[in-house]
Amino acid sequence: MAEAATMQVSDEVAVTINNMNKWYGSFHVLRDINLTVNRGERIVICGPSGSGKSTLIRCINALEEHQKGSIEVDGTLLSSDLKNIDKIRSEVGMCFQHFNLFPHLTILENCTLAPIWVRKTPKKEAEEIAMHFLEKVKIPDQANKYPGQLSGGQQQRVAIARSLCMKPRIMLFDEPTSALDPEMIKEVLDTMIELAEEGMTMLCVTHEMGFARQVANRVIFMDEGQIVEQNEPEAFFNNPQSPRTQLFLSQILGH
Amino acid sequence: MANTEVSFVRTETLPPMAPPIGEQGIVKWLRENLFATPANGALTLVALYVIYVILSGSMPWIFNGVWNTSSLTECREVLDGTRGACFSVLTERWHQLIYGFKYPPDAYWRPNLTFVLMLVAIAPVLFFDLPRKMLIFTAIFPFLAYWLIWGGTIMTPIIALLGVVAGGFVYTRFVASNFAIGFFGAILAALVVWIIGGFMTPDTANENAMLQAVPSRDMGGYMLNLMLGVVCVSLSIPLGIALALGRQSDMPLIKWICVVFIEFVRGVPLITLLFVASVMLAYMFPPGTTTDLFLRVVIMITMFSAAYIAEVIRGGLAALPKGQYEAADSLGLDYPQAMRLIILPQALKISIPGIVNVAVGLFKDTTLVSVISMFDILGMIRGPILGGAAEWNGVYWELFLFACIIFFVVCYGISQYSQWLERRLATDHR
Ligand SMILES: Nc1ncnc2c1ncn2[C@@H]1O[C@H](COP(=O)(O)OP(=O)(O)O)[C@@H](O)[C@H]1O
Ligand SMILES: [Mg+2]
Repeated sequence: MAEAATMQVSDEVAVTINNMNKWYGSFHVLRDINLTVNRGERIVICGPSGSGKSTLIRCINALEEHQKGSIEVDGTLLSSDLKNIDKIRSEVGMCFQHFNLFPHLTILENCTLAPIWVRKTPKKEAEEIAMHFLEKVKIPDQANKYPGQLSGGQQQRVAIARSLCMKPRIMLFDEPTSALDPEMIKEVLDTMIELAEEGMTMLCVTHEMGFARQVANRVIFMDEGQIVEQNEPEAFFNNPQSPRTQLFLSQILGH
Repeated sequence: MANTEVSFVRTETLPPMAPPIGEQGIVKWLRENLFATPANGALTLVALYVIYVILSGSMPWIFNGVWNTSSLTECREVLDGTRGACFSVLTERWHQLIYGFKYPPDAYWRPNLTFVLMLVAIAPVLFFDLPRKMLIFTAIFPFLAYWLIWGGTIMTPIIALLGVVAGGFVYTRFVASNFAIGFFGAILAALVVWIIGGFMTPDTANENAMLQAVPSRDMGGYMLNLMLGVVCVSLSIPLGIALALGRQSDMPLIKWICVVFIEFVRGVPLITLLFVASVMLAYMFPPGTTTDLFLRVVIMITMFSAAYIAEVIRGGLAALPKGQYEAADSLGLDYPQAMRLIILPQALKISIPGIVNVAVGLFKDTTLVSVISMFDILGMIRGPILGGAAEWNGVYWELFLFACIIFFVVCYGISQYSQWLERRLATDHR
């Protein structure tokens, strides 16, 4: 699409996943995943529930361990070494379906916590950064409230701002809008679109097909722990190849 | 207005009106709360009668009480057959009830001062709006309190403090590179300072010390209950947190040590542990060292309540959604940071009622030390006061009522504080 085309994608590699496999006990959740994400790319991952989408993006910041194959993020190989894990986590931001804000801290404290403790940013500077990003997600006036006082859409935008305060190079989104009431989905998607326009590398698990068409360079369809199909959004939606993709698309676009 | 029956549009707003007379004020309150139904009304009348019986029995006894006689027989003469309490046992023996019967009377100011300083030291911990600088005094207080109450050479608390400072220094220095080196290095550093300090202090240091040394066996009365209560509560909360976290640990050895400890201690009556403290624990310390009974009892009560607190906190930890751990991890916080900044503040907040429950129970259980011949307030009442000379033999009600009241005051205070704390920390706006 017109907007997507204007967004820069470099040939520098951000994430490389090579023959990655993961098991929960004896259950083979992810099978032979191969994926390369370039810097500035926006990737949308979709697929039926239980197909392993969350597990895949959670492996990228090591919230889940993989058992076989390799994941390289920003040139750092993910291993069980704690040093590497903490380094990668501070470079990769993540937004969850249920926001996971810290309810005992104010919005501002939610945003400054990690910069202060992980990046050792001075408190004052961290607060300036936080206010900058809260303005960006359009809720600077809520800075001193607690998460429980905000609507779902506002909470998700705070969660995005909280991740951005760490100045991540990659953002992961796990169904960021599926716990929201319909009228709040747009405000969150708008924030994500803005982020995409600024050239953030993004991997989004979402079923918002409008969003996928508008910002994604690539849509990935997963089923039973495998990548079944990937393509540019236009081709993916208009001309899906695999019968499983066709079935899935007809189900979610059908009504 | 439209003509159809279903459609309706309001054109003017109705003005607000006062509720009907029978629906407001005291009449409404009485009717709704005390006499809502005939059965309800009957219960109210029965309850009123019971309250009347209790008050008509006890009030004359209290108000007719005698406060200034020096023995029970004298008190009975004054009462001359009328109903009345002999509160004079309290005025005559108050120092024994508060300090025990062996603490040197000219040193009573020392526990008194300690008590006042304790309020200052605890304040910034309980009320976190107070300036954080006050915590410096809180950190020094235990050493100061030890010196004031036990007296003796000032070298002892100073060496103890130096050891803690040395340990803290080693810990902060090395913990960043490796937790184990930091932790065990700190313990080692503290031990080295204590041992060197112990050698350097002359054996005769206590003899001409500024404050006369008072051995632990001379402590008694309510002072002993307060000392045991405060020391054990403040030790068992951190130990309980450590046990709860250890029980969740990924490291099997640590996990099993914590599980076995908690399950064992919870499965044994406190009184048994206290007997162990009074007779057996001495064998576990290196030969030649005489460990003071007070210390042994503190260890036992602390272990006991730490096990309960650990279980309460485990409940709090389990109540946190997994997303909180994941959010902390995904932001790059390491384990100690995630625990300290995200997990524990929330888990402890959930656990406040349970922790307070254990703390109140612990404080009341300090009276159990009277069975291993320590003279806490109950030990004083049952031993020297009631069982000693014949003066006060038989004044049960007054003494035990007094013990009840001073325990109640503290426990009720703790419970009120915890309710305030819960309201103060309520930020989730559910
Ligand atoms: N912690 C876990 N233990 C065992 N099985 C799990 C666990 N988490 C997820 N699964 C299983 O792995 C599969 C993939 O889960 P998930 O990645 O959450 O799917 P999706 O996000 O695509 O809906 C599902 O079948 C789910 O039941
Ligand atoms: Mg999912």
